[in-house]
Amino acid sequence: MKWPLVIACFLGMGLTAEATAQASDKAIVEKGRYLAAASDCAACHSVHGKPEYSGGVSFSLPMGKIYSTNITPDPDHGIGRYTEAQFGQALRQGIRRDGSTLYPAMPFPSYARLTDSDIHALFVYFRDGVKAVPVSAPRNEIPWPLSIRWPLTFWRWAFAPTPHKAIASTAEEFTDPLLARGAYLVEGPAHCGACHSPRAITMQEKALTAHDGSLYLAGGAPVDGWMPPSLRQENRTGLGRWSEEDIVSFLRTGRSNTGSVFGSMTSAILHGTQKLTDNDLHAIAHYLKSLPPADRTQTPWTYDPTITEQLHKADLSSRGARIYVDRCAACHRTDGKGYPAVFPALAGNPVMMQSDPVSLVHIVQKGASLPAMTAAPSSITMPAFNHKLTDQQIADVVTFIRHAWGNNTSPVSAEDVRQFSKTMPPPDMADDTLSLN
Amino acid sequence: MGRTHVDAVIVGAGWASSIMAKELTEAGLSVIMLERGPERTTPVEGAYPESIDELRGAVRKRLFQNLSQSTVTIRNTMDQTALPYRQLAAFLPGEGVGGAGLHWSGVHFRVAPEDLRLRSSVIERYGAKFIPEGMNLQDYGVTYEELEPFFDKAEKVFGTSGEAYKVQGKIIGNGNVFSPDRSDNFPLPALKDTFSASIFRDAAKNAGYHPYALPAANASRQYTNTYGCQMGPCNFCGYCSGYDCYLYSKASPNVNILPALRQDPGFTLIPNAHVLRVDLDHTKTKATGVTYLDTKTRKETSLSADLVVLGAFQFNNVHLMLVSGIGKPYDPVSNTGTVGRNFVYQTITSSRVWLPSSTYTNQFVGAGGAGVAIDDFNSMNFDHGPLGFVGGSPVWVNQAGVKPIAAAIGAGGGGTPRWGSAYKNALINTYKHSLVIDAHGSNMAYRDVYLDLDPTWKDVYGQPLLRMTFTWKDNDIRMNQYVVSRIEPIARAMGATKMNLVHLNAGQPFDTRNYQTTHLGGGAIMGDNPQTSALNRYLQSWDVSNVFVIGSNAFPQGMGYNPTGMVAALAYWAAHHIRTTYLKSPGPLVKA
Repeated sequence: MKWPLVIACFLGMGLTAEATAQASDKAIVEKGRYLAAASDCAACHSVHGKPEYSGGVSFSLPMGKIYSTNITPDPDHGIGRYTEAQFGQALRQGIRRDGSTLYPAMPFPSYARLTDSDIHALFVYFRDGVKAVPVSAPRNEIPWPLSIRWPLTFWRWAFAPTPHKAIASTAEEFTDPLLARGAYLVEGPAHCGACHSPRAITMQEKALTAHDGSLYLAGGAPVDGWMPPSLRQENRTGLGRWSEEDIVSFLRTGRSNTGSVFGSMTSAILHGTQKLTDNDLHAIAHYLKSLPPADRTQTPWTYDPTITEQLHKADLSSRGARIYVDRCAACHRTDGKGYPAVFPALAGNPVMMQSDPVSLVHIVQKGASLPAMTAAPSSITMPAFNHKLTDQQIADVVTFIRHAWGNNTSPVSAEDVRQFSKTMPPPDMADDTLSLN
Repeated sequence: MGRTHVDAVIVGAGWASSIMAKELTEAGLSVIMLERGPERTTPVEGAYPESIDELRGAVRKRLFQNLSQSTVTIRNTMDQTALPYRQLAAFLPGEGVGGAGLHWSGVHFRVAPEDLRLRSSVIERYGAKFIPEGMNLQDYGVTYEELEPFFDKAEKVFGTSGEAYKVQGKIIGNGNVFSPDRSDNFPLPALKDTFSASIFRDAAKNAGYHPYALPAANASRQYTNTYGCQMGPCNFCGYCSGYDCYLYSKASPNVNILPALRQDPGFTLIPNAHVLRVDLDHTKTKATGVTYLDTKTRKETSLSADLVVLGAFQFNNVHLMLVSGIGKPYDPVSNTGTVGRNFVYQTITSSRVWLPSSTYTNQFVGAGGAGVAIDDFNSMNFDHGPLGFVGGSPVWVNQAGVKPIAAAIGAGGGGTPRWGSAYKNALINTYKHSLVIDAHGSNMAYRDVYLDLDPTWKDVYGQPLLRMTFTWKDNDIRMNQYVVSRIEPIARAMGATKMNLVHLNAGQPFDTRNYQTTHLGGGAIMGDNPQTSALNRYLQSWDVSNVFVIGSNAFPQGMGYNPTGMVAALAYWAAHHIRTTYLKSPGPLVKA
C-alpha cells in the first residue's frame, strides 16, 4: 500500500511543478500576445490569408518599396536566431541581428519605451506562441545607392532616443497611474505618433512624447491616402468633443457616437486596440484627453440648423445639396446627425473639418467598410461613389458637407478631387483584407 | 472513410438554420451550414444603390431560386398530371445565404394562440361536426405559453418594431386587443403609419374594429441586438420584399445573426452546396450525415454528423425527407403516412381602393412591415357558427412601397387599357391616389392536398422533383369572400371613389401565374401523434431522432399571419430542448 502511495505523491509533485512552470510560461506567452496586439505588430507583419507574422506587407516610400519581414520564430526566414538581447535591440533601437539599422518604418523610436519585462514577454511570445513559417518576405525594391543601409545608422543616432532616456521620459511626469499607463501605451507600444505626429523633412517625428511639446499627436501626413488627424484636444479637428467613453468605444469597436473608423486606422483597431482590456482603453482615452490643443485658435463647433431647415423646406439651392439628399441623406440624414454608432454623424465630425479634405474625398470616392470586430460584428458599409459621381459632383457634395451644420470649412474644387484620385487608396473590400458580414 | 465529422450539420442558411447554428455553436458544438446558393453580404451585394435596381431585383428575381436547376411540379387535383413550375410567379423561394429571410418583407407576427390548437378550439366551440369532410384539421402540440419566451427572444434578435397591447397581464398600449399576453414589450416602437395606413386606422376604428400597427422587423430606430449585431433605422424607401436592405434596417440572418456566427471558430458556412440527401444507417432510424454537391465543381462530398438539422425552405425540407427516406411518405388514398401530409398555403386577395384626386397616397413610400391591420376576422376572434367555415384573415393596409416597374405593369388594374393615353391616365391616377387593402387569410389542410415525389420529372442532379397537389377548397373560398365583404364598408368610410374588391370565386382553381404569397406551409408537420405528424412537438423526426426539421413545414394549417415569426420561435423552441435535453441524452424527446 505504502510504496504506490509514495510514488503517486512523488509523481503528483513532479506533475504539479511542471504544470506550474508551464502555467507561468503560458502566462508570459499570453502577456506577450497581448503586448503584440497593443503594439499592433500584425498590422505591418501579417497579410490577410497568409500565416500570421510571416511578413510581406508593402510600404511605398519616396525612394522605393519596402516589405515588412517575417517575424515568426523560423531560424532561417524569421527571427528564430535572435537572442532576447538582440530582440530587444531590434525593437527598441532599430538594430538588426547583423548590426545594420532597420528602416524607421519599424517604429523603434516609440518601442524604445518598452520596459524590460514587456520586451521579455514579447520575446517569449514570438518564440513560443507564434508558429514558425519558413517563407521569406519579398525583397525590398529600393534602387542602389539608396538601398545602402549604413546612412540609416546616422539617422538613428540623430533621431532615435536611447531606451533608458525614453523610458524615463514617459514615466517621469505622470503620477496618476491611469495617466501613466495611458502615456506608456500611447507613446510606447501603440506608437500612435508614428502616423498621428508630424514628421520633419528628415522623416523623424517632430515630437515623440507629450513631454516634447504640442506637436506630439497634432496630426500627421497622409498614409496610403488617409490623413491622420490630431488626437489632441482641438475642438473642431481633434478629439476636443470626444468623451473618454467615445474614444474607448471607437478603439474597441471601430465605431462610437462621435465617429466611425476608416482607412489605415481600421487595421490598427482590428489587429490591435480591440484586443485591449477595458482598463487599458480607458488609460489611453484618459491620456489623450489630457493633451491640450496644438491649435488654440479654433472656435468651438456648434450645430447650425440653417441647412437642415432649408432641406426640410425642399430648398436645394446650396451647392451640393441635391446630391447630398439623393446620395447621402438616407443614412446620414438631412440634419447631418446620422444614426450614431451605425451611420456616423457628419455634423461636427472632425474628419469633415480637417483643412486637408483628402480623407473625406477618398471616403466618398472609394467608400468605407467597418470590419467585423469582436464586440461589434456588423460590417457596416458605405458604398463607393467614384463611378457614380463626377469629380465636380464629388467636389460639390464634399463642399456641402464641409459647410453645413456649423462645419464651416473651406470648399473643395473639382481639380482637388482630380488630384486626390491619383492617391486613391484601394477599396476596403477588393483587397480582401477585411472580414465583411 | 475519411469523411469530415462535425457535431451538427445544418441544411440551408435562412432564419431557421441561422438560429439553430447560433444556438448550437453557443452550446459548444461544431457546426457546418450548407447553402445551395451563393454567399450574400450587405457590404458586397446589398450595397446602395445597386441593391435597389428593380429590374435585377424584383423583376429578374436576383435573390430567388434558379428554377433551371431544380423546381417543383404542380397540379390541382389527383387525376391530373403535374407540370414543372418553370417561371417564378405564384410563390418565390429564395436562394443564397439568408434564404427567404433575406428577401422577405419584414412583417413579424407572433401567433394567435387559438391557431396552435385550432382543431380543439373549433370542436370546443362548434362541435366536431363543424369540421368539413376531408379537412385534416390538427393541433400543433405546443401552446402559446410554452412558445412565448422564444417569441420574445426572436423579437430581440430581429429588432422588431411594434406596439404591445398587454405585457405581463397589464394593458400598456394601443396594440392589437386580440393579441395574447407578452413577457416584454417590443424592443423598438412601432413604425410610423403611412398616410394610407392612417386613414385605414381611422375608418376601421370608426367602424368599431380594433386597428393596430403591424409588428415589423424593419427597425424604427437604430438597434443593437442580442448578438451585438447592428441595424440602421428604416427610411421607408420601399425596397424590402425582394431586396437585401442596404440600410441594415430589415432583419435578416445576414444582418442579425450571421455577423456574430461567422466569428465563432466552431462555425463553418459552405455556400454553393446543394444537399442531395440525408444519409441514414441501415436501420433507417439514425442519420449518419449528409451528402452534398458543390454546384461549382459538381463534386459530391459526404459529411458525417451526430445531429442533422433541416432548415431549408418549407418544401425543400419535405423533399429532402422524401428522397432520404426519413419517415413514411403520405398516401392520400389510404390516408396513412406523414411526410407530405397537410400541405398548406394562405388565402390572400388584394383589393384596390381609389381616393379623390385631391388625396395623395404617396405609394413610393413604404416599408415591408409597415401598416395597420385589424384582427377582428382572424383566427377564432369572431363567431364562425353562422358563417360555416373554419379560419379567418387579418385585414390590412401594408403599404410596402410601389416601385416604378411594378407600378407601370400594374397600371390601372384589371379592365383598364394596356397602352395609349387611357393607360397613362389610369397609371397616374392609380399610382397617385389609390391604396391596397389585403385579406391575408388562413388556408386549411385537406386529405387530397399534399406533397410527394413526382413520378416523371427530375432536377439537374437526377433526383425526382417534388410534386404539389393543391387547389382552393370551398371552406377557404367562403372564408375569403366573407372577409372581403367586410372590407367594403371600411373602404367607403375612407372616401373611396372607386374600388376593385378581389376575392376567390367558388370552384376557382389555384393559378400559378400570378404572385400570391411565398407563405407555403406544412408537408412535414409537428404534432402529438406519429400517425398524423412527421415531427414531434420539438420538431424532431418521429422516425429518425437525430434529425430535426425546422420551418413552416411544421405548420398543420396555413395561418392568417405571416409565418416568419412563428418559424423563428419554433427554431428557438427546438434549439432550447436540444440544448437542455437532447444533447445530454440523444434520442427521441417524445416517446412514440
